[in-house]
Amino acid sequence: MTEIIVVTSGKGGVGKTTTSASLGCGLARRGKRVALIDFDIGLRNLDLIMGCERRVVYDFVNVINGDCTLRQALIRDKRLETLHVLAASQTRDKDALTEGGVQRVLDELVGDGFDYIICDSPAGIEKGAHLAMYFADRAVVVVNPEVSSVRDSDRILGLLSSKTRRASNGNGGVKEHLLLTRYNPRRVANGEMMSVDDVKEILGLDVIGVVPESTDVLAASNSGVPVILNDESDAASAYDDAVARLLGEQLPLRFLEERRRGFFARMFGG
Amino acid sequence: MGLLALFRSKPSSARIAKERLRIIVAQERSTRDAPDFLPLLRRELLQVIHKYVNVDPEAVQVNLEREEGHEVLELSVALPEKQGA
Repeated sequence: MTEIIVVTSGKGGVGKTTTSASLGCGLARRGKRVALIDFDIGLRNLDLIMGCERRVVYDFVNVINGDCTLRQALIRDKRLETLHVLAASQTRDKDALTEGGVQRVLDELVGDGFDYIICDSPAGIEKGAHLAMYFADRAVVVVNPEVSSVRDSDRILGLLSSKTRRASNGNGGVKEHLLLTRYNPRRVANGEMMSVDDVKEILGLDVIGVVPESTDVLAASNSGVPVILNDESDAASAYDDAVARLLGEQLPLRFLEERRRGFFARMFGG
Repeated sequence: MGLLALFRSKPSSARIAKERLRIIVAQERSTRDAPDFLPLLRRELLQVIHKYVNVDPEAVQVNLEREEGHEVLELSVALPEKQGA
């Protein structure tokens, strides 16, 4: 059984691609066969976050147009052998993605026996975002504890419940989860940032992960190594927990409180 | 900062954010599956009411509620308090 997961948010810059890359790596590290697809046509970026930008020969639109086979376009990850990336096209043609074309590619991946297909959605609610979510079984809605991101997430939840294949088939709908990123426990404690519970209450969904704000995330994208692979990072542990929860494990949320700093760190502001 | 926050009577900005979101999200959800003409209907109603009473744009609320088998279009207009002479 293949599960199609869309990583979406509405608002840009909240961490969709970072999340897609880390969830993909985490699932592959647990032995799952994973295909990561970049739906951001015209603004390819998942390849950079995955560190395979120089290995892109063919892209998603090439496969849809029949310029190459799916096998030729899938880039196999050098670190995790069950992980594959399908890059977005750089075309400016907005109509390059079609519902039929996307469905053919997804069907072929399903036929190939992939366990998970992760669709990295572009920001906004245009065609790319629509097609990224349309065939999904599950949605991970990435949200920052900030007003515009929360509001946009609610818009996206509305679309997930009406404009998807599962919604129109009456197949029980898309299973939705929240994943909070850029969470800053210190600011939450000071009343400067909404808490996990606040966001959960407003959006009325379960939380599959809370990723603390961390300098490791930028370092990871700088180097093209998804942050989940950085064993020393809290952000990595938080993503790994989210992967475990995706697979059905029950784990308490971590990193919701500020880490107690040692005497020296406090003295020298480390 | 942490201590100061304790003594401040002003609500924290996180609480303000939550309240604002709670209201706007509820409002947007109620119109999510509503027909597209609702915003226009609301605007035109506002214009008509404006001819007679000087109401605030926020004072006119149009809601569509779905109940079993039928829909209720609910219109509420909060009139301004009487001004002193």
